[in-house]
Amino acid sequence: MPRLEKRPRPSLAWAMAAPVLAVVATMIAGGLLFAALGKPPIGAIRTIFWEPLFSEFAWYYRPQLLIKAAPLVLIAIGLSLGFRAGVWNIGAEGQYIIGAIFGAGVALAFYPADFWFIFPLMILAAVAGGILWAMIPALLRVRFGTNEILVSLMLVYVAEHILSSVSFGLLRNPEGHGFPGSRNLQHYPPASNPELWAGTGIHWGVIAAVIAVIAAYILLNRHILGYQIRLIGQAPRAARFAGVRPNLLIIACMGISGGLAGVAGLFEVSGPMGQISVDFNQGLGFTAIIVAFLGRLHPGGILLAGFLLALTSVGGEIAQSSLGLPAASIKAFQGMLLFFILATDMLSNYRIRTGGRGAA
Amino acid sequence: MKHLRPVIGATALALGLAGAAIAQEPLKVGFVYVGPVGDFGWSYEHDQGRLAVEEHFGDAVETSFVESVPEGADAERVMTQMALSGHDLIFTTSFGYMDPTINVAAKFPDVKFEHATGYKRADNVSTYSARFYEGRAVIGTIAGRMTETNKIGYIASFPIPEVIRGINSAYLHARKVNPDVEFRIVWVYTWFDPAKEADAANALIEQGVDVIMQHTDSPAAMTIAEERGIMAFGQASDMLQFGPTARLSSIIDDWAPYYIDRVQAVMDGSWESTDTWDGIAPGMVAIGAFSDRVPAEVQAEAQAITDAIVAGDYHPFTGPVNRQDGSVWLAEGEVADDGVLLGMDFYVEGIEGEIPN
Repeated sequence: MPRLEKRPRPSLAWAMAAPVLAVVATMIAGGLLFAALGKPPIGAIRTIFWEPLFSEFAWYYRPQLLIKAAPLVLIAIGLSLGFRAGVWNIGAEGQYIIGAIFGAGVALAFYPADFWFIFPLMILAAVAGGILWAMIPALLRVRFGTNEILVSLMLVYVAEHILSSVSFGLLRNPEGHGFPGSRNLQHYPPASNPELWAGTGIHWGVIAAVIAVIAAYILLNRHILGYQIRLIGQAPRAARFAGVRPNLLIIACMGISGGLAGVAGLFEVSGPMGQISVDFNQGLGFTAIIVAFLGRLHPGGILLAGFLLALTSVGGEIAQSSLGLPAASIKAFQGMLLFFILATDMLSNYRIRTGGRGAA
Repeated sequence: MKHLRPVIGATALALGLAGAAIAQEPLKVGFVYVGPVGDFGWSYEHDQGRLAVEEHFGDAVETSFVESVPEGADAERVMTQMALSGHDLIFTTSFGYMDPTINVAAKFPDVKFEHATGYKRADNVSTYSARFYEGRAVIGTIAGRMTETNKIGYIASFPIPEVIRGINSAYLHARKVNPDVEFRIVWVYTWFDPAKEADAANALIEQGVDVIMQHTDSPAAMTIAEERGIMAFGQASDMLQFGPTARLSSIIDDWAPYYIDRVQAVMDGSWESTDTWDGIAPGMVAIGAFSDRVPAEVQAEAQAITDAIVAGDYHPFTGPVNRQDGSVWLAEGEVADDGVLLGMDFYVEGIEGEIPN
């Protein structure tokens, strides 16, 4: 009977090999799924992983991967800090929405004026909006001991109702023929977040995501706050003796993740999305939770995880159109990826022993 | 993106020329759906239209689709991907795809685009929508005759002109045959959310409603109506299988005739940017078979309205009609013009409650 035995310390070799193993396992299981649907398994896997990167039209898809991954990475970096410290912000989706509304609100208040400071002001407003929304669960937890998982999650639904309300009222495009949704910020240059270099897909959100990855790495390795975050996550009692103030840490983690989610919302609403509309949010705040764990809460890992998710999404769309795969099978495929990553993750902390020690 | 344009344009042109050189190559037609094709409502009916195109043209066409595509950058990428891979004609079937369609169409001048329910057009972008309010006139009449509690429930999605038009048309025709009728309207702020739609249906039934109409896409309300023994109408698709007893009739979106027409036009080289708003007569809106529960005289009455609309003798918005505030909208015999209908943001007289803002 095989059984698991905890390793004295995590195996570095397995930690490196596990993600590769997970991707291979996903390809096999996914291939079986596609075959069961009557589609060519190897062709489908190849379409998902190969086409966006190396096909004839890769010059179009590669920049799209950046556009798709940027908000995921930006939000996931913020979440990972809290997750390390045991602060569970599940409501990034809501902070993303509020950030976008605040940012777009500033832009539309100035419309159609042309000042250089409009875009910087939008960024500040979006960060403030995201932090504000994250402070509700943070302060409720600090002051009254409420559960931030529940409060932050429920505030997502409140944010969605606010989004719907401003789409129909406050921010509605007066020239929109009575349809919901704001003006398209892509058509308002001072508030627009366009591609900075043609054909690269790089907009301010991509740059912000890269900066966030580097900043998080430095914070965790070089800064006292990063040290405290790691300490309270690994040894809460020891952290108290080391002078960590848990309440301040909760507020800092929630604030950082809320601010990053808010600014991610701004870069989306002023760039790829263009406008505030009823369906503005598409679950990026929830997908980012997956990205954070897929990247093992490590800044570099999150960067890679963001790309992997973007790749399977973009490749999945190509497979839908060219091979007729249903959208649900792509979602299932992405789910398998997470499942196998978490499953193989175990191998770095445990080893498999066959034959019981007692019998030997 | 400016520099990208010539590159993509040239690629598209090269693909277009290659297509013209080999005359036998099938016409590639793409469809972008906002929901899953299995929603049994909006996206399902568009996919039925796609299948009809395949059946009609056989090997002369090749169709593909991508489902559950969110608005914004994702929609733009899916459309671009279709254009790059050599599609000649692309149908984008949700209002929220309007700006993405215009953006992508500008980069692919040789690809034809058809956007459903929007108002922005270009040389290679047509728009199309259906006069669902004609169908509402027919089922409103049936509802007015069939209700015993005189309370009719209406599950509305978003307060946009399209939905408000449907409520007004249904109400006017229900009241015409039953002056005591009242409408209970619930706004669910979604097109497709079976759980919310079911909650709305239950809430309406608690208020004493015995007939439910909906302007949302899932068959959830029909299922609830069946369970709780009241009446309902199929929306977008027939929905008979979800309410064998409850279903009285249905409004069916039939995109097949239009899609076949437009594909033919591309093949003939006669495609032009147009704005189509068709109703029951050209077959874009169909009335599902009447249930046996509907008495023969009510069936005849509903059929007479359908026939009059088809013959062009009757417009569902014909005066006298007052606005909710009592002011005159249409004088005796006056017919509403399309401009007002397209921007409709008011209830007609007799409907209680306010349009949410």
